[in-house]
Amino acid sequence: MSKGIGERGYARTDVLVSTDWVEQHLNDPAVRIAESDEDPLLYSSNHIPGAVEIDWTRDLNDPIRRDYLGRIAFERLMRRIGATRETTIVLYGDKNNWWATYSFWLLQLFGHEKAKIMDGGRLKWIKENRPVTRDVPRYQPTNYQAPERDDTRFRAFRDQTLKHMEGKLPMIDVRSPEEYRGERLHMPDYPNEGALRGGHIPGARNVPWGRAVNQEDGTFKDAAELRKIYTEENKLRPEDEVIAYCRIGERSSHTWFVLRYLLGFSKVRNYDGSWTEWGNLVQAPVENPSAEARDEAAA
Amino acid sequence: MKQLPEQLERLVATLETLDRGDRIQMLIELAEQFRPVPPRIAQRPYPAERRVPGCESEAYVWWEPEAKGNLVYYFAVENPQGISAKALASILGSSLSGAALDEVAEVPADIIYRIFGRELSMGKSLGLMGMVNMVCMAARQQMQAVRPEIASSGF
Repeated sequence: MSKGIGERGYARTDVLVSTDWVEQHLNDPAVRIAESDEDPLLYSSNHIPGAVEIDWTRDLNDPIRRDYLGRIAFERLMRRIGATRETTIVLYGDKNNWWATYSFWLLQLFGHEKAKIMDGGRLKWIKENRPVTRDVPRYQPTNYQAPERDDTRFRAFRDQTLKHMEGKLPMIDVRSPEEYRGERLHMPDYPNEGALRGGHIPGARNVPWGRAVNQEDGTFKDAAELRKIYTEENKLRPEDEVIAYCRIGERSSHTWFVLRYLLGFSKVRNYDGSWTEWGNLVQAPVENPSAEARDEAAA
Repeated sequence: MKQLPEQLERLVATLETLDRGDRIQMLIELAEQFRPVPPRIAQRPYPAERRVPGCESEAYVWWEPEAKGNLVYYFAVENPQGISAKALASILGSSLSGAALDEVAEVPADIIYRIFGRELSMGKSLGLMGMVNMVCMAARQQMQAVRPEIASSGF
């Protein structure tokens, strides 16, 4: 069983809450619980009483171009869920909180710092037989006022990532080892990963996102275990400038959360273009150990 | 492009008439009707070759011939939160089992967008399309097994 959040040695303990805490705050008007899932049916099948849905695709993405919503759309979203700048948004979801941390990351682009992740996510809540409902709550709309989105602090774009790579600064590829190595993942006729090239950004170290999570209950590992992975094995230092990436930025937002809040890294950014951008970029440098091994074998 | 198998076309057409909320409710009901592969066909641990590549809900697919030589399809979804995968398994199992192999073989993977709408993440899309593709592959293999001349006709 995991230790209490306050006993795990995290740099920040105010951004992570337990399922107990959430159950005690179900009726707290200062708290808005929000579910963010990959599976579009999950929220409607049941959810925490009072929880609203923040749907990644419909609510947080620009419908036309590949980008996130702008200030006005963000204000519209927050007004709809009845949130003010003072409301604490508690996020949870499927897939060990991939999508919850993705939403959390996006809230930070708009400076909404009163946000928390429910440790263990949706599955832990369900396994603990806590209350769920299909009732969709309605909240009094607010007049939420947001600043313009700030993409400078927590978000990395491809040119910045290229310079980062050229400067040999630390970079973490949080995908699976098979994706990192550029091995073919799919049988013929199956869809690929949405990228024309496999492999990873040169110099990136492979630290799959799931290593930060306790497999038995989906909670985050304690700080000592996390430090062992990131600072001892992979030689990252909290003062380093770090870029994390995955396939579209959702798994890497999970690692971004771990590094920034649980381990106190001050300069970590999420490259949300990730492999679906880099692996399609003409002339982008790529390391592909799998292809290189095949070439050597063929020579 | 060949027509979809009749039952699948009817079900998809119904889903397309619904607004988002009603469509989600119907898909949830279909997921609730999902019945996993019977022990007669497969038991845990399920073999890796039956696992749908790219499906994060850990979906598996099996098939067996029925009296007319077409196939009956069975599924398992090991992720308890894999409700979309269960809904799709329910749809594919009920609407493609017993359908003509050449029609099943040509079901396009992007049928998932007619079923679930366009608001699927890339990861979820890949997994669901992988389920459709695995069923199509089974139909193609069965066609080749029973009518080898088909193998050279483009299937």
